Amino acid sequence: MSGVRVLVGTKKGAFLLTADGKRKKWTVEGPHFGGWEVYHVKGSPADPDRLYASQTSAWFGQIIQRSSDGGQTWETPGGEKIPDFSEGMPTGVSNKFVYDTSEETGKPLTTHKFYDGTDHPWEFKRIWHLEPSLDDPDTVYAGAEDAALFRSTDGATSWQEMAGLRGHESGSQWTPGAGGLCLHTILLDPTDRDRMYIAISAAGAFRSVDGGATWKPINRGLKSNYIPDPEAEIGHCVHRIAMNGSRPEVLFMQKHWDVMRSDDAGDTWYEVSGNLPTDFGFPIDVHAHEPDTVYVVPIKNDSEHFPPEGKLRVYRSRTGGNEWEPLTRGLPQQNCYVNVLRDAMAVDHLDPCGVYFGTTGGQVYGSSDSGDHWEAIVENLPPVLSVEVQSLP
Amino acid sequence: MDVRGRAAPRVRVELPYHLRNLARLQGEVVLELRGEPTRRALLDALEAEHPVLRGTIRDHATGERRPFLRYFACARDVSFEPPDALLPEAVVSGAEPFLVVGSLSGG
Repeated sequence: MSGVRVLVGTKKGAFLLTADGKRKKWTVEGPHFGGWEVYHVKGSPADPDRLYASQTSAWFGQIIQRSSDGGQTWETPGGEKIPDFSEGMPTGVSNKFVYDTSEETGKPLTTHKFYDGTDHPWEFKRIWHLEPSLDDPDTVYAGAEDAALFRSTDGATSWQEMAGLRGHESGSQWTPGAGGLCLHTILLDPTDRDRMYIAISAAGAFRSVDGGATWKPINRGLKSNYIPDPEAEIGHCVHRIAMNGSRPEVLFMQKHWDVMRSDDAGDTWYEVSGNLPTDFGFPIDVHAHEPDTVYVVPIKNDSEHFPPEGKLRVYRSRTGGNEWEPLTRGLPQQNCYVNVLRDAMAVDHLDPCGVYFGTTGGQVYGSSDSGDHWEAIVENLPPVLSVEVQSLP
Repeated sequence: MDVRGRAAPRVRVELPYHLRNLARLQGEVVLELRGEPTRRALLDALEAEHPVLRGTIRDHATGERRPFLRYFACARDVSFEPPDALLPEAVVSGAEPFLVVGSLSGG
C-alpha cells in the first residue's frame, strides 16, 4: 500500500486528505462543490480512481458527481448536452431519482408514516449514502431520504429504484427519525454477491439474499422504548451497521441506544454495550484485520449530542463487544462538545490499521496505529457529515 | 426562426451563484427560444443547453418549480404565472433578463 485518501463530506463541500503509507504528512485539498452539502463521498473498491459524491441542496436538489481520476476532476454523469433536442421538457436522466410506482416492478405505495403518526406521501429529498459495487466501477447503490434504495449500472448516469425494499409490506408503517426517513447504511457482502444489508432511521435493518430484489427485516433482539412495542419487527432507529468483510455474518450495530451484535447475518441480535459510559452514539466500525476489534464514539444521550464530560473518546473493544477501552491520546479531553455523525468514521486497510473520524466541529482525526494515538489531520472544516478512506496501491 | 417566421427571440437568463457554478457558467446565459416565448420554452431551452441543470430548478418528477426558488422578470415576481404564459416583451426582446432566484439564506 502506497498511501491513503480520506474522503470528507461536509455541510459546505467535499475535501480530500491524502498521505503516504506512514500517514504522518497530509495534504488537504478542497473544497469541491463549495457551499453545497456533501452527504457522502466514496471510492470504488474495483477502481480507486473512481469516486462518487452526493452533492445536495434544499434549494437545488440532488446532484451526483463522479470522478475518474481520484478526485482531481469531476463530472455530472448524464449531464451532457442533448444533441437533437427539439421541444418539450428535456427528458434526461442525470440526477433523476424517481420512486418506482410502475405496475411491473414498483409497489404503488403512496404514503409512509409521518412524525405525528399520519400518513405522508413519499418525497425524494437527498442521497445520504453511496455504495459502489465491489466489482464494477460503473455500478453504485444509493440510499435515499425518504427511505429507498436506488442503483445505477452506468456510472451514475441513470438510476432505478430497487422497489422491493420500499415495497416491503411494512413500508407504509415506516416513520422518520429525527434526521429524516433516511436510508443511511448499505453493506455488500464480499463473499456472497446476492447478500446485502441496509438500515433506515427509524425503520430498522433489512437484508436481501437475492441481490436486492426482496428484503426481510432483521431486527429480532432489538429493544427500543420509544416505540409502542419495544420489540417490534420494525420501527427501530438503527444508526449504523458495520462488518469486517472476512467474517460477513457477524454484524455490529450502533442503535439509537445500545450497541448490538449479530452472529447470524442479522437474524438475531444481542447487546454488547458492556462497560461503555453511554451506549448512545452514531458511528460504528470494525478493524480491517481484526474482526473482533470494534470502534464507537459514545455520546451523552439522545438529547445532548456531545461526548460525556466534554471528553472526546473513541471506545475500542478487542473482544467483539462488552469490554471497551477509551482511546484518548491526541483527542481533546476537556471542553469538547462536538458530535460524530453516523457516516463519519472509517478504517483503512494498511498495517497497522488506520482509523479516521470527523466531527461536527470540523475536525478530522486520524490514527495510524489502530486507535492508540490520534492526531488532527485538519481542523476548522465545515461540520463533517461523512468520512471514508481509500487504501491506495 | 420562430413559428411565425420571425427571428427566434434571444433571452437573457440570470441564475443563482450555485447553479452558475454547477453549469460552469459565468454571467448571464443567452438562449434562443423556439416556438412561443414562454417560461416553459425558456426553461426547456436552458435545460437542453445545460443538462446538468435538469432537476435543479424544476423538480424531476413533477416538473414544478422547486419550493425555494422564484422567477423574477421586469421587477415583478412571475413565479405564479402559468408556465405557458408569454414572457414579458422586455424579456423577449432581451432588454431585461429573466431571473431564477434562490430564497435568502444565512449560514
